[in-house]
Amino acid sequence: MSISVNGSAAEPPEDPRVSLLDFLRERLQLHGTKKGCDQGACGACTVLVDGERILSCLALAVQYDGHSVTTVEGLATNGAGNGALHPLQQAFIDRDGFQCGYCTPGQICSAVGMAGEARRGVPSHVTADLSAEEIVLSRDELRERMSGNLCRCGAHNGIIAAIAEIYAAEAVR
Amino acid sequence: MKLFTYARPADAEDALRQGAADGARYLGGGTNLVDLMRETIEQPGVLIDVTGLPGAIEETADGGLLLGAAARNTAVAEHRAVRTRYPMLARAIVAGASSQIRNMATVAGNLLQRTRCVYFYDHAGSRCNKRVPGQGCDAIEGFNRDHAILGTSPACVATHPSDMSVALAALDAVVHTRSADGGRTVPLTELHRLPGDHPEIETVLRPGELITAVELPALPLAARSTYHKVRDRASYAFALVSVAAALNTDGGAVRDVRLALGGVATKPWRAWRAEEALRGRPASADSFRAAAEAELADAQPLRDNEFKVELAKRTITAVLEGLAGGGA
Repeated sequence: MSISVNGSAAEPPEDPRVSLLDFLRERLQLHGTKKGCDQGACGACTVLVDGERILSCLALAVQYDGHSVTTVEGLATNGAGNGALHPLQQAFIDRDGFQCGYCTPGQICSAVGMAGEARRGVPSHVTADLSAEEIVLSRDELRERMSGNLCRCGAHNGIIAAIAEIYAAEAVR
Repeated sequence: MKLFTYARPADAEDALRQGAADGARYLGGGTNLVDLMRETIEQPGVLIDVTGLPGAIEETADGGLLLGAAARNTAVAEHRAVRTRYPMLARAIVAGASSQIRNMATVAGNLLQRTRCVYFYDHAGSRCNKRVPGQGCDAIEGFNRDHAILGTSPACVATHPSDMSVALAALDAVVHTRSADGGRTVPLTELHRLPGDHPEIETVLRPGELITAVELPALPLAARSTYHKVRDRASYAFALVSVAAALNTDGGAVRDVRLALGGVATKPWRAWRAEEALRGRPASADSFRAAAEAELADAQPLRDNEFKVELAKRTITAVLEGLAGGGA
């Protein structure tokens, strides 16, 4: 088996201690995914596995043998095609969704995963009606659903504005 | 991190066979265990990845639900039957951790996660009876604002950190396990041990015993239930106090109730005393407060966490008032 990373097959590491984060950064030289706290507290290492957002720092790479990983590098080329930016990446630029940029790849991967969760009706802590079939992505919903990604520059307003531009319901943008 | 052997068992039998090895540990989503291994607090020699074992959520013959041990927390919270028949469970899950962590964490792993007591983590500088049995506890005289007020012992005051388990305790959930001797079931409220003299032994599971599922019995009153978590920040923080509650009233009286507490106890805390005090009583703020007083009567606050006693009473009262008023 192998780990598919942005569509390319990679051999999983021999040493089972290697985290998915270190595997991506050190073995595959994919430096987009960032190491922040390395203990599951900051969200900088967020990647998508089979479309779901996870923390690559708390993941052992060997656990993801046979699975498909998408990093921020994969979003760019898979987005509009031919290396164009993913629409959310462009929105982060347009809306000042970052200052230093360190949390940005994690924020963007997280938001892509978040949108998928909302589409299939996964509730959040602020969802009032648990029986609702559809989630309306209000600003409160976006803020709660993105609370696993910290930005120490304090660019959260721009981050939420960028995500709202792409994923929030028209009425709450 | 100490080197270990990684194994992906084909099925539960295979997992049990490999789990019999010395120093073997089962691995779920890894959100707690991998961190503890990196800190060298956990040092398994064999890691048996059980995330490939059954994780389906199925209806049971008697109208309940069976949650496969490998079901991810998100999968449980988004399941329609959980959201409508056991809303407190969905609410408890989404009150915990972050979305990324809930996408990784499994049902069984959530039950077996370890305390976040800072002295437990501080292996270089602090004594901890969970980490080194008999060593002593630096939390009891230390910074203990986050620590437990119920179920504590002179050896340990660490809280059980789970939100999900608190709801499961209230819902009469039953844990299904397998071991070399066969299968058995354990009520969730009896899975975790009180610390006593041996806080390092956290559950009644035997070495190598594997959790295969958690069963939710049919519980019609749980359709009117909720989970309320009080914490230092609005999201992504452990509980100071949390309350899982279900309430069934009839003509202004409490017909039946389920109540459990998080953030205040050394294990997911089923509030048996409060429930007993409530059945048949008027569904009023006075009864709710009296029940909360009964539950907290034996609370043993430490230097920094006395606030939890009153906070727990007020939270219990407010949550029950909300349910009595028709909220969910």
